[in-house]
Amino acid sequence: MKRNLLLGLAATALCAGALAQKSTADGIAEYRKMLEDGNPAELYEAKGEELWKKARGPKNASLQACDLGQGPGVVKGAFVALPRYFADTGRVQDLEDRLVTCMATLQGLDRAEIVKTPFGRGEMANVTALATYVAAQSRGLRFNLPQTNAQERESYEIGKRAFFFRGGSHDFSCASCHGEDGKRIRLQDLPDLTKNPGDGIGFAAWPAYRVSNGQMWGMQLRLNDCYRQQRFPYPGFGSEVTIALGTYLGVNAKGAESIAPAIKR
Amino acid sequence: MADPMRIRAQAAGDKTTVRVLMSHEMETGQRKDSAGKLIPAWFIQQVTAAHNGKTVLTAEWGPSISKNPFLQFVVKGAKAGDKITLSWVDNKGDKRSDEATVT
Repeated sequence: MKRNLLLGLAATALCAGALAQKSTADGIAEYRKMLEDGNPAELYEAKGEELWKKARGPKNASLQACDLGQGPGVVKGAFVALPRYFADTGRVQDLEDRLVTCMATLQGLDRAEIVKTPFGRGEMANVTALATYVAAQSRGLRFNLPQTNAQERESYEIGKRAFFFRGGSHDFSCASCHGEDGKRIRLQDLPDLTKNPGDGIGFAAWPAYRVSNGQMWGMQLRLNDCYRQQRFPYPGFGSEVTIALGTYLGVNAKGAESIAPAIKR
Repeated sequence: MADPMRIRAQAAGDKTTVRVLMSHEMETGQRKDSAGKLIPAWFIQQVTAAHNGKTVLTAEWGPSISKNPFLQFVVKGAKAGDKITLSWVDNKGDKRSDEATVT
């Protein structure tokens, strides 16, 4: 029985080999192109827009007065200049963390409660939808993160250290997979994130809809899952290290065009 | 109440291509949750498309359709300004209907 199964698998592999006339990367690119037409990220974008404008929470307020770094209520162009330093909180924040701040200050929702909610549930799912909406308003714009504030420069340096920090049971760092060109996990090409990987690649592609599990992922969940794959403990939502990594990736991506919300396999 | 659909309808010549994204879990009834209990099936069963009120497409869907389904079809004779209405009913009896104007 087991042998038959193995033979069957071998036969399948041979067929697949014979069919693979074009390269695997071409095949994936073609698959993405087909999916792009109906990117379900649009559904989350619509949900996020509604959440942005709707009066909610104990204070029954909308998020339209939320300052994402370009002034209160300015959404366009905010995504490509985040993470950045915010004077009111006195720290560097990324998009998702900043949205939680606004939900807490404007709408009166409990920050600690949101932060410990698992991804994809309750208010955390709303944060992702909001991030998708905000990111979509900067589609086609180029990344240009501010590095004028001392904390922003420090965040970049912390992010760089974290990126090259090896640890966990597999002695992995982010750089083990994302430190040179031409690497991949299974069929997914991995961009070299120590430099600008190009338009719409890496930092410039998230939030993204993942077809394989039907989930919308923001950058926080993306980083969280990278750490899972490295067998590190999960970093906290909006923790200093995740924001620092965001700063590092965002500054490296300077000049790259944002295609977020993108679609992934 | 279900989330809205995204409907785009674009005319080219005497044909209009309609592209629809629906927001639905489309649970097959085969999966188990973290406690090992079966997640009950929950999927869209009926889809109807109408052009200016006249039904042009009906479909019976099952649990094999993906989550957040994408549907594309061509309506002959639909012109810019016409109304395209899409509605679905799922196996729990939940309904959703949305309308778009052909551009």
